[in-house]
Amino acid sequence: MKLLAANRLSDGIAVWLGPDGSWVEDICDADIVHDAVGEEHLTAVARAAVAANQIVDPELIDIDLVDGHIRPRRLRERIRAAGPSIHPNLGKQAARNAVVHLT
Amino acid sequence: MYRYDEFDHAVVEARVDQFRDQVTRRLSGELTEEHFKPLRLMNGVYLQLHSYMLRIAIPYGTLASRQLRMLAHIAREYDKGYGHFTTRQNLQFHWPALKDVPDILEKLASVEMHCIQTSGNCIRNVTADHFAGAAADEVADPRPYAEILRQWSSLHPEFSYLPRKFKIAVTGADRDRAAVQVHDIGLHLKKNAAGELGFTVYVGGGLGRTPFVAKKLRDFLPEQDLLAYVTAILRVYNLQGRRDNKYKARIKILVHETGTAELTEMVEREFVHLRDSELKLPDQDIRAIETYFTPPSLPYRPEGDTVLSEAITHDAGFAAWARRNLHTHKHPDYASVTISLKGIGEVPGDMSAEQMETVADLADQFAFSEIRVSHEQNLILPHVARADLKPLYDRLLATGLATANAGLVTDIIACPGLDYCALANARSIPIAQGIAERFADQARQEEIGDLKIKISGCINACGHHHVGHIGILGVEKKGAELYQVTLGGSGDENAALGDIIGRGFGPDEIVDAVDTLVNTYLDYRQDRAETFLAAYQRLGSAPFKEALYGGEAKVA
Repeated sequence: MKLLAANRLSDGIAVWLGPDGSWVEDICDADIVHDAVGEEHLTAVARAAVAANQIVDPELIDIDLVDGHIRPRRLRERIRAAGPSIHPNLGKQAARNAVVHLT
Repeated sequence: MYRYDEFDHAVVEARVDQFRDQVTRRLSGELTEEHFKPLRLMNGVYLQLHSYMLRIAIPYGTLASRQLRMLAHIAREYDKGYGHFTTRQNLQFHWPALKDVPDILEKLASVEMHCIQTSGNCIRNVTADHFAGAAADEVADPRPYAEILRQWSSLHPEFSYLPRKFKIAVTGADRDRAAVQVHDIGLHLKKNAAGELGFTVYVGGGLGRTPFVAKKLRDFLPEQDLLAYVTAILRVYNLQGRRDNKYKARIKILVHETGTAELTEMVEREFVHLRDSELKLPDQDIRAIETYFTPPSLPYRPEGDTVLSEAITHDAGFAAWARRNLHTHKHPDYASVTISLKGIGEVPGDMSAEQMETVADLADQFAFSEIRVSHEQNLILPHVARADLKPLYDRLLATGLATANAGLVTDIIACPGLDYCALANARSIPIAQGIAERFADQARQEEIGDLKIKISGCINACGHHHVGHIGILGVEKKGAELYQVTLGGSGDENAALGDIIGRGFGPDEIVDAVDTLVNTYLDYRQDRAETFLAAYQRLGSAPFKEALYGGEAKVA
């Protein structure tokens, strides 16, 4: 399973592609794809969004579903989804509904 | 301190206007990211995990109180209320929006600051001893030379597209507090037998993926030849340095692959053509720059000794702070004060906007408005009357900045690591916090004595782990964080790279491993005068390996 991560151009904030094609600020709201067709779709959306100057540095990331929650495989992406592990009051984790699964 | 002249002002203001235009064009889509990325990097704007990052140059680590106050304002107005002082004596904001950066640059320019050459393959911020101009053991203040190098290297057309980034450090006392031998060029200011000033010149030092201690190219380079000789080195590097492989592009690789003798010959050949050119520094120019760094007029304050001994007797916390956080000043009535940014459990190098403002006020009240940033991620008030130390300490204590640990086991250098950095493989800061909490007891820290722990979250070594007495490198192995330990590194005048001690440790093992190493040192040291580093140099790695891994060998 994969989803599409990126940073928003104007402020650099981490965003993920949502199911309706918008860029969401919480990984919980991201669109998950399960196969090569889905991945191709995400790659095409990423290319278009870069060209439209919405986002920078798009990347398909591997995730698992743990108890129904999205959990990126790499720690790097888990920290990006949550915020700095040393500052629970900053980043996504500070916002409502953000889910922190660092370890 | 140095004040901008009309040219400095014009250059920095023009750059703000230029970058404002570039950001506008990027946001409108006129510039693609491919076009824009090198432009933003030239202005210190990186993209990290959570946001952009803005790196602000603090030339040779010297800050005025009005500048620190502006950094506090920017932290509050445009960031999340704090900033991070780095091992390059710079400051980073970790959350600025790209659209706000031109306004931030404009505010920085108003206090003679900028972000030029804090990234890219150019000559970066020149660093220097943080006690410069104040230390009793100083031969001469290294900062005038660092300033001359800054002026010469700023927007230098020949050296703006080098094979890779280029870092120069200058130090002015026998004790090297600027780690000059692990820089691309290290300049160690000395006097010759005739009393003339000059430099021992080191080239090709560096950490990162392929660490090297620099090679000595010159024992004594007369001060007037500084720019001609540095130009000769840069010219050889610019022509001969590798551009085919990013990982082999630093001058350290050129020095290593060419050999010191041949490289010295190449540099000296270039130098012959340059020595008597316009690059020769006229004595009056050096002395004119020196006047910007004339220390403040320091009135006699002979009451200091009495006031100090009284305070030490009555306040154990102050006594500990005075033991650790003071450095001997040229003037016997004064001291240089280290403000530790390593409070137990805090983030090394981080400072809140409120703390910045407090330190700016304290600098105005007690320290002639001067502040320094050390490459060890602390702040320094270089000139404080000994008679004023107790009231200063009391104010620092009230704002959480009186940790008495300068040079101790909890005074840890740590890069931002995977908590922020897009290049990192592992977290650094939580490891530093864990170690600091383990060794929080003041008596135990002081019993252990001088011990430098340095932590990097990836092989790029921003946390200088190779030159830590105990170095810790975070890597990613099978998707998890793993920490490799090196021992015996040193970034001083006897620079050495640490030895890898054995297999790495998980995040939940590394603090215990450091504890074991420290206990082994305490068990084996001859007496309290033998530091961890000295004991390691005498004993070698065997007892430390045995303590860490002996059990495993027996089980196996």
